[in-house]
Amino acid sequence: MSKVAARLSKDFVERLSWEKNEPDWMREHRLRCLEIFEKLPMPRFGPDLSALDLGDLTYYARPVDPVRRWEELPEEIRRTFQALGLPEAEQKALAGLGAQVDSEEVYRSLLNELRAKGVIFTSMEKAVREFPWVQDYFMKIIPPEDNKFAALHGAVWSGGTFIWIPEGVEVEIPLQAYYRMQTEGVGQFEHTLIIAERGSSLHYIEGCSAPRYSRTSLHSGMVEIYAKEDARVRFTTIQNWSKNVYNLNNKRAWAYAGASVDWVSGSLGSKVTMLYPTTVLLGKGARTENLSFTFAQEGMWLDTGARAIHRASDTTSRLISRSVVQGRAKSVFRGLVYVASEARGARAHVECSTLLLSPEARTETIPVINAENDEVELGHEATVGRVSQEQLFYLMSRGLDESQALSLIVNGFVSPILKEIPLEYAVELRRLLEMSFEGAIA
Amino acid sequence: MAALEVRDLHVRVGDKLILRGVDFALEAGKVHALMGPNGSGKSTLALALAGHPEYQVVRGQAFLEGQDLLGLLPHERARAGLFVAFQHPPEVEGVKLREFLRLACSERGKGFCEFQKAFPQALRRLRMEEFKGRELNVGFSGGEKKRAELLALYMLRPKVALLDEPDSGVDVDALRLIAEVITEMAAFGTAILIITHYPRLLEHVPPDEVFVLLDGKISDRGGPELAWKIGEMGFEVVRR
Repeated sequence: MSKVAARLSKDFVERLSWEKNEPDWMREHRLRCLEIFEKLPMPRFGPDLSALDLGDLTYYARPVDPVRRWEELPEEIRRTFQALGLPEAEQKALAGLGAQVDSEEVYRSLLNELRAKGVIFTSMEKAVREFPWVQDYFMKIIPPEDNKFAALHGAVWSGGTFIWIPEGVEVEIPLQAYYRMQTEGVGQFEHTLIIAERGSSLHYIEGCSAPRYSRTSLHSGMVEIYAKEDARVRFTTIQNWSKNVYNLNNKRAWAYAGASVDWVSGSLGSKVTMLYPTTVLLGKGARTENLSFTFAQEGMWLDTGARAIHRASDTTSRLISRSVVQGRAKSVFRGLVYVASEARGARAHVECSTLLLSPEARTETIPVINAENDEVELGHEATVGRVSQEQLFYLMSRGLDESQALSLIVNGFVSPILKEIPLEYAVELRRLLEMSFEGAIA
Repeated sequence: MAALEVRDLHVRVGDKLILRGVDFALEAGKVHALMGPNGSGKSTLALALAGHPEYQVVRGQAFLEGQDLLGLLPHERARAGLFVAFQHPPEVEGVKLREFLRLACSERGKGFCEFQKAFPQALRRLRMEEFKGRELNVGFSGGEKKRAELLALYMLRPKVALLDEPDSGVDVDALRLIAEVITEMAAFGTAILIITHYPRLLEHVPPDEVFVLLDGKISDRGGPELAWKIGEMGFEVVRR
């Protein structure tokens, strides 16, 4: 395939599949997804997507060839990854790292000791080609019928990561993927599939960024996680997309008996985000925690949420969100808890707080809690506040200038989430917050 | 030169003129008391000097060691050496007391290494060791908040400290402790102004000078005996 391919068509999808040398099942899957995509309507809730022209996107771009060593990357992208601290993190804090530019992976590494334990950490394409059993998992948690962007993703997905953790193997150091959108007007559709076998554990981190263009870009990734009996998976995403990016994702996990799945999401960028990580608690005693931090700035609409579907007894969910809204921006949090009739002894707690930093800032919290049996314990709290002038003055009267004081208050507000974010990212988040306050006050 | 000199200060809050020409001076290393009945404008004076945006200075001047104070922003006044202990310090959730004091100290020009040593020492001095990891004023009782204000004073070592009712809501033991710390700070060289409406604390920290604030003006000034007289007979004694 040429380095850049635009326009969505059956022909394009077939060519993409052929170029990737995919088995028949995947080609058929893609074509079926395309048909479904064409039939489904745009989402009927949430942000205005009318400025997103799906006919004006580049659906495939490969501006950079894959390399084995960072030094082999072209100057510009190498500098970007260096500035993001990736090679350094790889050395110091990670068990494995993948980096993708636009549609294709450009770099991947994994510690030998994990390889020796049988851990698979590879590109999604390679997994599709080499492991026929991937068919039993791919888009089984999120079928294309679920929504228009799931179907689009299924038709044109490219890149992403496949992870398989063998039974009982605990990956103590995080694995990370970094997604960079480089080409103007590109669509990025990476697919992440994680299978954590019985009793295994994994912490996976995703980072995302893009340079700013005037033309609209689309990021529509999909994440599917299978946490089998007693497995533990934590999935952390920090996205700092530029303000021309529509970030419309599908993320869902199945937690079997005794398993736990944690989603930690920091949403700082994009023009529009729709992100509702979901855990289906399938087995007795499964639990999930969903920690979300959003920082909506001028012109942004961050529509996020969390869903917990309790389908078995003694399952637990905790959905916690902290949103900060600055300028003319909007944040929405949709917290959904569903408890099926068979899920006796389920416990769910939803807590969302928003801090508004400007008079024009808007926020909404939309909790939906639906229990079909009586033996459940449900809690819900929501607060919306503004920075108190008394707090601000108090801090300033001790020698902190206005931006230091504001950033301390906001950091304090989001601290329940920040302390769950890996240190390097938490430091970066604090820095981003501080920078934006300096800008806002100056 | 006075540590703090206030001349003809007029302060308005909303439409209401609260201070109508206040004059006084504080000397380095001395303890002063500002007494007055409720509503006489004592807290207004402290907050206006600290630069609270709702307390508008309409006339008058204030100098900290000769430097014009009123042209400075609140944080600049603090960095210049002014400190106000609040009567009602707000709770700031998620912000660690330690982190806040570390930032405040570094803006006063102290390095982190010094802070590492000074902070535990100050906690011990104020008998607040168990507050080390706590969030700023969150869940503190009235008396604990007062001690936390004194902790900040002790850490920041300002040139001038205006202490707005540091004794309200504290028990006898804490009162003694607060008095000791104030005495120690004065010995260090800080000019202290204790703002209070009754002389309980002053019995433990005899003031060098007492000012009485009535109807927005300093109506009387004198030595410690003025405080004892007010203690016995109330503010009526100075009204006449």
